[in-house]
Amino acid sequence: MTWRDTFLTGLEAVRLHRLRSILTVIGILIGIAAVILTVGLGKGAQAQVKEDLNSLGTNLLIVSPGSSTSSTGVRGGAGSASTLSQSDADALASRTTAPDIKSVAAASSTSEELTAGTTNWTTSVVGTEPNWLTIRNRKVQSGRFITAADERKTAAVVVLGSDTASELFSGRNPVGQTVTVNGTSLEVIGVLESTGSSSTTSNDDLAIVPLSTAAKRLVGSSARTSLSSIYIEATSPSTITAAYQETNAELLALHRITTTSSADFTISNQQSLLTTVSSVNSTLKVLLAGVAGISLLVGGIGVMNIMLVSVTERIREIGVRKALGARPRAIRRQFLVEASVLGLAGGLCGALIGLLGAIVIPHFTSTRIIFSPEAAAIAIVGAIGLGVVFGVYPASRAAKLAPIDALRTE
Amino acid sequence: MSTLTAPEAPTPVVGGPVIDLRGIAKTYKTGALEVTALRDVNLRIETGEMVAIVGPSGSGKSTLMHILGCLDVPTVGEYRLAGELVADMGEDSLADIRNRHIGFVFQQFNLLAALPAWRNVELPLVYTAIPRSERRERAIAALDQVGLADRVDHRPNELSGGQQQRVAIARALVTEPALLLADEPTGNLDSSSGADVLSLLHQLHDQGRTVVLITHDDDVSRAAERVVRIRDGQVSEARRGDLR
Repeated sequence: MTWRDTFLTGLEAVRLHRLRSILTVIGILIGIAAVILTVGLGKGAQAQVKEDLNSLGTNLLIVSPGSSTSSTGVRGGAGSASTLSQSDADALASRTTAPDIKSVAAASSTSEELTAGTTNWTTSVVGTEPNWLTIRNRKVQSGRFITAADERKTAAVVVLGSDTASELFSGRNPVGQTVTVNGTSLEVIGVLESTGSSSTTSNDDLAIVPLSTAAKRLVGSSARTSLSSIYIEATSPSTITAAYQETNAELLALHRITTTSSADFTISNQQSLLTTVSSVNSTLKVLLAGVAGISLLVGGIGVMNIMLVSVTERIREIGVRKALGARPRAIRRQFLVEASVLGLAGGLCGALIGLLGAIVIPHFTSTRIIFSPEAAAIAIVGAIGLGVVFGVYPASRAAKLAPIDALRTE
Repeated sequence: MSTLTAPEAPTPVVGGPVIDLRGIAKTYKTGALEVTALRDVNLRIETGEMVAIVGPSGSGKSTLMHILGCLDVPTVGEYRLAGELVADMGEDSLADIRNRHIGFVFQQFNLLAALPAWRNVELPLVYTAIPRSERRERAIAALDQVGLADRVDHRPNELSGGQQQRVAIARALVTEPALLLADEPTGNLDSSSGADVLSLLHQLHDQGRTVVLITHDDDVSRAAERVVRIRDGQVSEARRGDLR
């Protein structure tokens, strides 16, 4: 018996018991779709995290004042203490003390009310240096960013985040307009391009002014010389660790602190964030994979069940085929093909449902699902395998039937 | 053991007997109990003969039919079918011998309900190396031979009992087997279609085919030129004239 004949016979049997076949296929389909969506969700979440972190800037280290350690109650919480100063930033920018640091941008951030005409909007006003733009991996959408000249002249200029700009000027071109902060008029010189990131909302809602302007014109007294963060860009992704250590050592020395555990600052990097997020992700992935695996198993048992029914129901047919000269092998193949056709159909439909899910689901939730063709291909092959594995037992049972017994059955 | 009849070659093997049973016995063991279904059966059926094997139920008739049809193997004795020695040779070889040498006609017709007539007739050829196009041709030719050329695409449930049995006969003929083995071929038919089927078998016999009829019905056996009686697992022979 040729493979073509075997295949056609198997296909015919599937078609003949349409409802039964469809139900079996649905069983597999659910499993396969679950696998594809799980993989897609995992990939989507990973891509989301990477994108979020990259949008903060590549090779980025952020130094914040205060310690995040909770060992003592003496130091303030992260970000609230005023332990970082411009001299810290200047020291880190030196190529001799920190050769792995490419550039440094000091920033002081306060929450202020901005007024443009009759509209006002409260946002964080960040006083920083011109290289903030490259370190944070941002782009200017229109106008220009602050320059060293602005910094020197304590210029009354401001660059707005895209959300801030649309809140204050709703549609009008903000460049050239004036906003008022604490009674000081600032000229809008540029608008930042949107980061397009959904998770960190504050990235597009901010106002950038020269550091000197912030210190001398906008903010009073104590906050004048202290920084809320220092952004550091390492020379390359491979030198991030070195840059981290240089920063840590330099700041400990400047602050005259002997042990790292009592540091009055915190250095964070993308990698540490990435690790945290991906460990959460992988836990979720294991859970989802477990669910998908169980549904695949249930689908496989469904195939086995239906194939056993099929064999019992067709004992007479098997007897006739054997009497007419079918070898046991031919019978076994016939039923194996039938089972794998069910598997293939389930795999294809499952992949299709998975693809549809990957397209449709993100429209209703904020979850991102990346459909991966490799995962779909593997799932389809897996589904055929499932049909074969769970079809082996029923098929060999059919093959072992003695023709006399099979013919005798009513 | 050489193959005397190639699958495609037409019957009969001129000369030698189609069936040669020597000292055949068959015992079934069910636990401690041994049941002897056949004992010391010797039977020769020559090419072109039409033989009826007659016996009441429980006589060992079915067992003999199974052994003749290579569906079962004897416990003792030697069986040559168209010159080939049939022994306990494994399922594959038995399947090949059945496919090559035997055309079965069953009481229940045993057609596959889902397939049209020609696909049913084609079925034994599916298990040979014959290409698809030739298989269809031969199936249609066999249907023509039993007078069902106009029922090629009908499914069994669209045919009368007599027609179904004729499809089954076409299926038995399509491989050009050495032996047509009919097990109660009229058992499920009314008398007129039964007579039709018998006359068809007769016609095939007249064309030179070897036909073995297994039946409990003396009327059916009268269609044969030679009658072998079986009782308590033993055969005895009677010429046709003796029955009258």
